[in-house]
Amino acid sequence: MHFWDPRIEEMPVAELEKVQYRLLKTLVYRMYSFSDFYHARMKEAKVHPDDIKKLADIRLLPFMYKSDLRDNYPDKLFCAPQNELVRYHVSSGTTGKPTVVGYTRKDLDLWTTSLARGLTSCGIGKGDVIQVSYGYGLFTGGLGLHYGAERIGATVLPTSVGNTERQIELMQDLKATAITCTPSYLIHIGEAADRMGVSIQKDTQLRSAIIGAEPWSETMRTRIYETMGVRAYDIYGTSEISGPMFSECSEQKGIHIWGDIAIPEIIDPETGEPLPPGEHGELVMTVLQKEALPMIRYRIGDLTQILDEPCPCGRTHPRIQRISGRVDDMLIIRGINVFPSAVEHAILKIPELSGHFMIEVDRKGSLDDMLVRVEMAPEALSDKINDLINIKRKVEHTLKNALNVAVQVDLSEPGSLPRFEGKAKRVIDRRVF
Amino acid sequence: MQGEYIINQISIFSENKPGRLAAIAEALEKSHVNIYAFSIAEANSFGVVRALVDKPDDARSVLEKLGFAVQFTDVIAVRMKDQPGGLHEVAQILGDAGINIEYAYAYSGKEAAVLILRVSQAGEAISKIQAAGGSLLRESDLG
Repeated sequence: MHFWDPRIEEMPVAELEKVQYRLLKTLVYRMYSFSDFYHARMKEAKVHPDDIKKLADIRLLPFMYKSDLRDNYPDKLFCAPQNELVRYHVSSGTTGKPTVVGYTRKDLDLWTTSLARGLTSCGIGKGDVIQVSYGYGLFTGGLGLHYGAERIGATVLPTSVGNTERQIELMQDLKATAITCTPSYLIHIGEAADRMGVSIQKDTQLRSAIIGAEPWSETMRTRIYETMGVRAYDIYGTSEISGPMFSECSEQKGIHIWGDIAIPEIIDPETGEPLPPGEHGELVMTVLQKEALPMIRYRIGDLTQILDEPCPCGRTHPRIQRISGRVDDMLIIRGINVFPSAVEHAILKIPELSGHFMIEVDRKGSLDDMLVRVEMAPEALSDKINDLINIKRKVEHTLKNALNVAVQVDLSEPGSLPRFEGKAKRVIDRRVF
Repeated sequence: MQGEYIINQISIFSENKPGRLAAIAEALEKSHVNIYAFSIAEANSFGVVRALVDKPDDARSVLEKLGFAVQFTDVIAVRMKDQPGGLHEVAQILGDAGINIEYAYAYSGKEAAVLILRVSQAGEAISKIQAAGGSLLRESDLG
């Protein structure tokens, strides 16, 4: 078992919590003094930095939201002057204005350190060739992992996203041992390799994949291992907290959130109240040492839970379970909350399907109508209509059980549903409210 | 010698929407594949196009290149008298032998009508039909 920084990573919990408290206290004083925005928000919440007397008092602090970043576009929330910034990243504004994140040199260093610990914990290090197939540029994935991989002394192959056949050739020629990209792009690479007659397992050295930026599942992990011989590790982050930042270790049992870098909390998305350990809810992140754009109790909008028991790897830092969906992806179908991640989870368990799907929601009269298009696995095809009808019924039944609401199912031809190279957009909601 | 009477049918899985059959037919035309017989089975949003063609391998590869999911299926083709009772005769043989017909389609040729059958046990169906004096087609007899 390798550690990047064993002193920090194996620090006893009590000691780690002291470090967190000290960093939190400093952060709150700094925000109260230097951020007009957060000063006003604390005043409004009637909280003074002196009220923070122990780590658990973090719950007294007001939240920050994505809309705060948008409303203060581009840089009104920054706490460092422009001449201290060494980089910008900009997130795509799929739901409104884009958000801009600035980084001081120390911000980049902490981000990179966090990734160095994570990559090392997955068994990657000097001697490995890491293919970075996340997009380079305004998106945080490419450059973030690039510097993380360089930090640990691995050789970086900066392919970025796209031009998949070339990626597969380079993977073979330069003997890439690890890849980092979105889960859907990894699947796409696997399918493209099949079409090229390349076996990832036999014809390449690829053994691990650090994948994230969209939700995926244990079933996908198993499928990736069985079809490609690649061990997949989950990585988590958003541009607001720096970028992809925290990952699983070689145990593959949840994502370690380095306690000296961030504090995760789980709250009830409706009431904002903290939930006890082990309960599933909305993730809230406080990033302790960011200079340019400090974030306190940021409502990322991802759903997960904190894993309470210690990780067998020996690292003492808190872990979160893989992200199961987004608060704002939740669809309300005839009054029932439906998460696209639950649809995916159910579909991946059905061997007759390829795992690709699309959700279409319409309103017929006064009723919501949800259609799930699923794609057949080529080997499940049959010339007999009855076999196909039985598969369709099985999918309907499985989804009804998983979602508690009846949905329509359409079988699609293998390869016919869209593949996503960036973030998957699998829901089309045509309802007019 | 039952093997020579097994005929390769191509089965194409297709969503049931306008233009799909035209796309299949156009691809076969362009690669000069002649269709001897075909049928469509449909259920709601999807269907299966089944066809006997002169060049099954060519047909399969051109359709797969277009992204269609294609399978080969073993079927048998039986000559029927093109007169009342022709179908009854063949169906009776299989019914008496307890062989289930999963699906069937037919065409009326120059010399006789031909019934194409997908059955649960193709080998046994061939023996029973021959034993009862029936006549089967080889792939080379089609057309």
